[in-house]
Amino acid sequence: MKYVLFAAAALLAASLSAQDQAVQNQDLGQPLPEGGVVETIDEGEGLSGSVSFEGNLDDLGIAIPGFATDRDVSTPANSSGTAALGKELARVITADLRNNGLFKPTGPDSLPQPTFNEITSPNFPTWSNRGAEMLVHGYVRGRTDGKLTVGCYLYDMALRSELVREGWVVPPADWRRAAHKCSDLIYSRLTGESPFFDSRIAYIAETGPKDNRSKRLAIMDSDGANHRFITTGRSTALTPRYSPDYKKLSYLSYVDGNPRIYVYDIGTGRQTLITQSDNPTFAPRWSPDGNWLLYSMAVGGNTDIYRVSARGGESIRLTDTPGIDIGGSYSPDGRQIVFESDRSGAQQCYVMNADGTNQRRISFGGSRCATPEWSPRGDQIAFTNSSTFNISVMTPSGGNVRVLTNGWQDEAPTWAPNGRIIQFFRTERNSGKAALYQVDLTGENLRQLPTPVDASDPAWGPILP
Amino acid sequence: MNTRVATGLMLASTIALAACQKKAPEELPPPPTETAPAPAPAPSGPGVGSQQHFIDAVGQQNTVVYFDTDQYNIDAEDQAKLQRQAQYFSQYSQVNFTIEGHADERGTREYNLALGERRANAAKNYLVSVGVPANRIRTISYGKERPVALGSNQAAWAQNRRAATVTIN
Repeated sequence: MKYVLFAAAALLAASLSAQDQAVQNQDLGQPLPEGGVVETIDEGEGLSGSVSFEGNLDDLGIAIPGFATDRDVSTPANSSGTAALGKELARVITADLRNNGLFKPTGPDSLPQPTFNEITSPNFPTWSNRGAEMLVHGYVRGRTDGKLTVGCYLYDMALRSELVREGWVVPPADWRRAAHKCSDLIYSRLTGESPFFDSRIAYIAETGPKDNRSKRLAIMDSDGANHRFITTGRSTALTPRYSPDYKKLSYLSYVDGNPRIYVYDIGTGRQTLITQSDNPTFAPRWSPDGNWLLYSMAVGGNTDIYRVSARGGESIRLTDTPGIDIGGSYSPDGRQIVFESDRSGAQQCYVMNADGTNQRRISFGGSRCATPEWSPRGDQIAFTNSSTFNISVMTPSGGNVRVLTNGWQDEAPTWAPNGRIIQFFRTERNSGKAALYQVDLTGENLRQLPTPVDASDPAWGPILP
Repeated sequence: MNTRVATGLMLASTIALAACQKKAPEELPPPPTETAPAPAPAPSGPGVGSQQHFIDAVGQQNTVVYFDTDQYNIDAEDQAKLQRQAQYFSQYSQVNFTIEGHADERGTREYNLALGERRANAAKNYLVSVGVPANRIRTISYGKERPVALGSNQAAWAQNRRAATVTIN
């Protein structure tokens, strides 16, 4: 499969002149180091008792002291060695759980440090008067091959018993992923929901005045760490989407003077056009299995949705009505696509089969429906109400519409990997400044994500492979 | 658009440099004197096909047509403007041009890109209908990315829903 992919890309590259190649790559920065592999290891048989806490999770106290190390050794992950890294791991987990709005975590800076031997048998009296119903313990060990082993344990204070444990081997550069894995383990065990912290976000970083904005493709971890710019900002970049395996990004760039969709290969730092055409292309979307890309193309001013294999080849047109058919988001099983169309006279949301058949309108609320995104759980569709510019959700049949936000202009929802949180961007009136926000599916826990500069067009990827 | 940033940066660094030079100790070599710009050639007006020549010929107000919210129809006022443009392009048959389609900020990004393309094509189609060869007209959409009026109000949005004709030199 990998070989075929490479061959197709090479074929495409060969069909372009050297000059075209130079033009389409001239806005790209240095290629990024590829992420390493995180290996889950057997931490022995964990007990799986029930959780004693019965109440609102917002009130659930969790003590997260520094992770212990058996031997303080040097590691590229922390200039002060594995003992200091153990504290950092606990800080990242504390921030994850606090920023999510659930739980009341207490971090390592106001807690005693457990010893290595206490990780698997906590000294419970030490932790009993700290208002915490849950206790997290963990360790980090430097391995002779330079990698790190990180273990994560969750204990119920009332029962004095272990609820869950897991361990991972990570390259030093990926140490934060071990912390996110631990956050996911705790979150999943206590809420019963699927994990989401160990994931990344692609977005557009914005600077400059409203009539001359610089817009750069950027990526970051789900907590905003490991921030990187992909493009230099010489050309406008818009609407990125991660491939499900995180190896590629598709996005719109004006790099050759026209708005076109490119597929950027993160490993090689090169990009190719999604289709060989002089027509403008917009709105790239991956299928959940990564085998297909949707894009929209305007021909003579009329925009339709197309599908192309991620390996290249012929595009198939899925819509053919007069009007703007654009966007598109696959159902998690890949069998249906929700998209927007103004064929009725204004933006509304429609569902079709993945081959373009059986197109039917699902939004009838009297407001406009734009940028629909199918939840990874399949049971909800998030969209922009483009009459009021609020983020809303509805069922795949268009029922049970709920408004989740009320900014001056909220736009472009994207789902957390577990379908419990929706990210979007909010634009300020007059200044045009934009920022990323997220809100729970319940409409609670609205918060702004910190980014180095203004931000728009977020796209949240799945759980990292 | 990025030229403006570059110019601004150059200007800023020139000013910063000038400020530094004032304080510089005397033993440093003197700053290079700025060479005076070469005297401009005798004014002969903007060249045929330049944007200024086009504007001078048809009038600034006739280079841009405006649209109602979400609309892309060419009304009588737009037709008069486009006919004036068509006269110019018929007179100067060597001049090719781009129609830039734009939308106001009160729309989602991707829809606005498609809407700008639709508006640019509406203007193009009218020009073709009055005799301008289609192969001389390029269209491009900037969606809501390049507003000319910066407020968030009806008057500003009305100015930003536009198709602007720009000559290709």
